[in-house]
Amino acid sequence: MRIYCDLFMKLSLTLLIPVLCCAPAFAQFAGSMNATQGLDLSGNWTPAPHDEQVGNPALVEYYGVPINDGARAFGLAWSPSRSTVPEHQCQVHLVSYIYGGPLNLRIWAERDPQSQKVIAIKQYISTYEQNRTIWMDGRPHPSPNAPHTWMGFSTGKWEGDMLTVYTTHIKMGELRRNGLLESDQATLVEHFFRYGDLMTHVAIVTDPATLTEPFIRTQTFRLNTTEGQNWLYPCEYVEEVVRPRGEVPNYLPGENPFIAEHANKLHIPVEAALGGAETMYPEYRTTIKSLNAKKASGK
Amino acid sequence: MRTPLLFGLFALCATGLLAQQAAPADLDVLHVQGNVWLIAGAGGNIAVDIGDMGVVVVDTGLAQNADKVVAAIRKLTDKPIQYIMNTHMHPDHMGGNITVRKAGVTITGANVTGDINDAAAGAAILAHNNVLNRVSAPSGKQAAMAADAWPTDTYISGQKEIYFNDEPIVMMHQPKAHTDGDSFVFFRRSDVVAAGDIFVTTSYPYIDIENGGSIQGEIDALNNLLDIVIPKHEEEGGTYVIPGHGRICDEYDVLEYRDMITIVRDRVQNAIKKGMTIDQVRAAGLTKDFDSRWSAKSGFGTADNFVTAAYKSLSAPAKK
Repeated sequence: MRIYCDLFMKLSLTLLIPVLCCAPAFAQFAGSMNATQGLDLSGNWTPAPHDEQVGNPALVEYYGVPINDGARAFGLAWSPSRSTVPEHQCQVHLVSYIYGGPLNLRIWAERDPQSQKVIAIKQYISTYEQNRTIWMDGRPHPSPNAPHTWMGFSTGKWEGDMLTVYTTHIKMGELRRNGLLESDQATLVEHFFRYGDLMTHVAIVTDPATLTEPFIRTQTFRLNTTEGQNWLYPCEYVEEVVRPRGEVPNYLPGENPFIAEHANKLHIPVEAALGGAETMYPEYRTTIKSLNAKKASGK
Repeated sequence: MRTPLLFGLFALCATGLLAQQAAPADLDVLHVQGNVWLIAGAGGNIAVDIGDMGVVVVDTGLAQNADKVVAAIRKLTDKPIQYIMNTHMHPDHMGGNITVRKAGVTITGANVTGDINDAAAGAAILAHNNVLNRVSAPSGKQAAMAADAWPTDTYISGQKEIYFNDEPIVMMHQPKAHTDGDSFVFFRRSDVVAAGDIFVTTSYPYIDIENGGSIQGEIDALNNLLDIVIPKHEEEGGTYVIPGHGRICDEYDVLEYRDMITIVRDRVQNAIKKGMTIDQVRAAGLTKDFDSRWSAKSGFGTADNFVTAAYKSLSAPAKK
């Protein structure tokens, strides 16, 4: 039953959020210098428990994610041991993913000292000690030849009381920490809403290399006015596994032993666990029933 | 013997396919860090080190864009172009040698001055000796490239070092990788590596087997590159890498590329062990998970070219 509940929650959110977010025309996106717009998001924020906070994903737990066939193949070849390769150990969660983890988030505005207009909204994210700048002064995004970073290059504008942020120049990395990939061609649209001491963050990833539809996630944060939070995340690699130089752990085609593990644990068809856009929508419950019936009848 | 013909084919493709990339009127000039700049859009990427002593240019792009490259350098500095370093032999990386060389000068130290014959010939061109072997030809034979474009100084041992612009600059040979004459150029003080076509962000690697490349050499070179680069914080920043084509990168970008090529190598090797033919391997979809990001639509960096080169490279009998 849990899987149906989880799926239902995801599906509900998936259907609701696009209505909330009606994608603006980002081709013409530019930040706003108008300091009178928007809300003040400044303060320290911590995640509040919510529907989508389900902890670390299992291997081959791809349902609800609109991955394409290539991304699925990437995930099925991905061995968790790859995270033990020294250069992968301090790999940061991408900007689209990092807000979903345990973290402390500080937000403040950087203002022009003369005009007091907001130049940028700054964020410090405790996980992996990431500093993020959301430019509000209308500057363009950099050249395609500029470096990509974990947090990318972001510009923002206020749409009423909602801060909308557009991010490019994001590194390749984890869409989820179970082998699902987000490519360096991905772009991200975010919305920040504040309701008193609560803030909702919506992240919409578009990735032509790995996704067939935009992938939407939400997180809720609560304003934290107490001191004593952990703001540091030192990370230095160690040699966790002795292996030949340059070895990259991976499963050869057809040799991943964990493909059915999560599906079997939840008593759902493996096909559902393999994800894809269709698994995001309520109609997929019918498919699950028919797949289960087929399995039960031994066909 | 096949080199001039292949070189000609490459030049045709390069002037066709790569020239399309180079078509925009303005080159993209970006400061990387320290002394080093990137000039993109002239064919292969060009790295430029600028300081009090002058200019070092790593690769020179396609011949037809060389005037623009010189103009772009002149916008950055009026200091003399003293060295050209070629990362490898392909015309999208050394096609502009003649023009850039003529815009430069060789100024030696000690008791000789800039008006000697070398100076009149322009900037010195440095490369691994295999580059010279590939682009030149014995007397009476057709060379792949005009003699004025050939390296004027070559190295045979593992690396060539100069100290210029208050910076140690090291050319590091990477055997049998993209070709047999590849060099990384490491600007040690600026902390930037120009990697040539061993590392690109625009497609799968082009393993030029006919000119001495191999997939294992490519992987070895990428592992060497990972040894050189050091990130500043959480796998980001620190040493920057200028790929042969594409955007400025750091260690993590190289890592993902190394991982991808290594995984494909493992799959092709496994297929060869199973006795699969090259056509079976090409049809097996072994790069399905990487194609949407890495396969070029046409030209050298397609999935089919990559898998074919990997198969040939891994199934070739080892030379004694």
